[in-house]
Amino acid sequence: MAHHDHGKHGGKSYWLDRKGNVAKVFYALIAVDVLWLAADFFHKKKAEFDAWGGWADGGFGFYPVYGFVGAFLLVLAAKQMRRVLMRSEDYYERRRDGGAS
Amino acid sequence: MAEFLLSPPMLLMLGSVVLAAAPRNVLPRTVLRALLLALPVYSLWRFWGLDLGDYAQFELFGQTLTLVRIDPLSRIFVVIFHLAALIGSVYSFYVRDNFQPLVGVFYAGSALGVVLAGDLWTLFLFWEVAAVSSALLVWVRRSGRAAGAGLRYLGMQMVSGVLLLAGIVLFRHEVGAAPGWAEFRNLTGFLENGGLGFSNLAATLIFLAFGLKAAFPLLHSWLIDAYPESTPAGAVFLSAFTTKFAIYALARAFPGQSELIWIGALMTAFPIFFAVIENDLRRVLAYSMTNQLGFMVVGIGIGTELAINGAVAHAFADILFKGLLFMAMGAVLYRVGHVNGSDLGGLYKSMPITTGLCIVGAASISAFPLFSAFATKSLIMSAAVYKEYFWLWLVLLFASAGVFHHAGIKIPFFAFFHHDSGIRCKEAPRSMIVAMVLAAAASMAIGLFPLAEMWFGVANPFYALLPYPVDYDVYTTTHVITQSQLLFFSALAFATLMRTGLYPPELRSVNLDADWLYRRVGLRIWDGVATAFVTIHRAGYAAAERLAGAALETAQRHLGPQGFLGRSWLTASMALWVAVLLAAYLVVFYWRLA
Repeated sequence: MAHHDHGKHGGKSYWLDRKGNVAKVFYALIAVDVLWLAADFFHKKKAEFDAWGGWADGGFGFYPVYGFVGAFLLVLAAKQMRRVLMRSEDYYERRRDGGAS
Repeated sequence: MAEFLLSPPMLLMLGSVVLAAAPRNVLPRTVLRALLLALPVYSLWRFWGLDLGDYAQFELFGQTLTLVRIDPLSRIFVVIFHLAALIGSVYSFYVRDNFQPLVGVFYAGSALGVVLAGDLWTLFLFWEVAAVSSALLVWVRRSGRAAGAGLRYLGMQMVSGVLLLAGIVLFRHEVGAAPGWAEFRNLTGFLENGGLGFSNLAATLIFLAFGLKAAFPLLHSWLIDAYPESTPAGAVFLSAFTTKFAIYALARAFPGQSELIWIGALMTAFPIFFAVIENDLRRVLAYSMTNQLGFMVVGIGIGTELAINGAVAHAFADILFKGLLFMAMGAVLYRVGHVNGSDLGGLYKSMPITTGLCIVGAASISAFPLFSAFATKSLIMSAAVYKEYFWLWLVLLFASAGVFHHAGIKIPFFAFFHHDSGIRCKEAPRSMIVAMVLAAAASMAIGLFPLAEMWFGVANPFYALLPYPVDYDVYTTTHVITQSQLLFFSALAFATLMRTGLYPPELRSVNLDADWLYRRVGLRIWDGVATAFVTIHRAGYAAAERLAGAALETAQRHLGPQGFLGRSWLTASMALWVAVLLAAYLVVFYWRLA
């Protein structure tokens, strides 16, 4: 599905065209995430909610876990929705079969 | 009279009509465009000089109506609607034809009429004008799909208008006077009083009328259906006004209405699932608009000063960043001819400026620190925390991660990055770039003002516009860290899904939504009803035909050439019968005499 011979289209090669550099971006993102997680050691959170033993908005790593799991499950759930909801592109344009003409 | 004609709604509506009617040889295109841009600028400048209060009252059918009533809630909407009219007009100058900016400014005028209306009748008038003028902006695409979508759009807008009219009429019946602002403001009270009184039904009808335009769940699909079928410029104008004046109307009439909290929560959550699997990137933006409107509806439902401030501030910010995203995708549509995620990719090479500006819009809608939604959506989130709505807060947090996922990452990623589609096109036209820069600058300004206040003590002009005084620190260490954690780990989820191949590929497809109910099920029911009518009609016709045929046959049998009565008779037998007749006559005559 992916084309890897982009250089020839533009005549110019871009940094992101190299597959290794895309991996670099991914690892950089992981590094940034580790830093953000570590930030939880350095600030005091005051729990506003008692639910979940105060972990929800006061505990270590709640926002990272919630953000990651939430986004992950969102995509997987949406993918399953396609089974029920997806139709061909011209679904609404197709001539109606049956019915009064 | 001048007060009437120079009021913001009239100035924009009449001004655009006059400009549209001016002959081309009198008014060259550049002059017309300069005058068109001057309209919102002059109108806003004039408005700025007015104090809070009533202006331009007029008599209609024996009722005193108020065209302009300025209070802190309407004021901020007036400001942003002028800005949106200006930015939208600049953007639309990429085509030689001035139809779109003229209709756009007219539509902006009608939206101003809604937010400035001092009573429900005036509100209703502009409500309907906005419905019709905005439908033109769908049809201006001049494609078959746009024609159908525009018609369905107008139909749904008219349903809203009818609900509103019915509500107002019932309301007037109960209150006995023109439904003025005081009653309008008390609609929440009427709705919460319960019972089956007329004013309760009236308030419910008005609630639904507002809710339809605010894209409540199941009433939302007109937005998803129609906006992406418009032109690049048309969608920018459309995204700014109708849904936002519905938010204004809800904030005006139903603040603290608790149903709104869960309606809004549903609105933030369900569209993000659709957005993940939608291929048309402007339709993704339409879903993301429903999601953002959900946050505003939640804020109105919570109803505290902080929450209402948040809802209104977020409406202001949304017009700018959603406009910016629609403008960026409009630029792609204009240059490439479509915005299908499945067929785009690598456009950052051809459109680097558009890419950068789109990323500003993406960061703004995702509520990254330094960008606008961080300074607006947070007010709503905090209001939910202060009122201790735990589950609501979890839903809103999930929706925040979700909006970053589809509007923050998916839109720029599939259009401008991902795999190179091989498409090479020109950068967006200059008018588009200027408009996008304006919206991007405004979005960043909203995000940076609180920081400037914190560090340099500069008063925040944006918060000063909000309906209630703001006592809220946006940039606390905890807030910056937790928000960044949420967003960056959401980004990590996306990257992981992409690299493991679990992410669903963009596919050319249509996903069923609530409009399926009237585009398919409704149509089938209509077909069924029509078929039944045709069947009954045909059966009736056949029966009548049989009956008439039988009558004809009987007549033919007796009167036809072979029939007893139609047969030729001998002259002799005729004479005989005449003699019999005369004889019978004689007998009767004599009998009568006797």
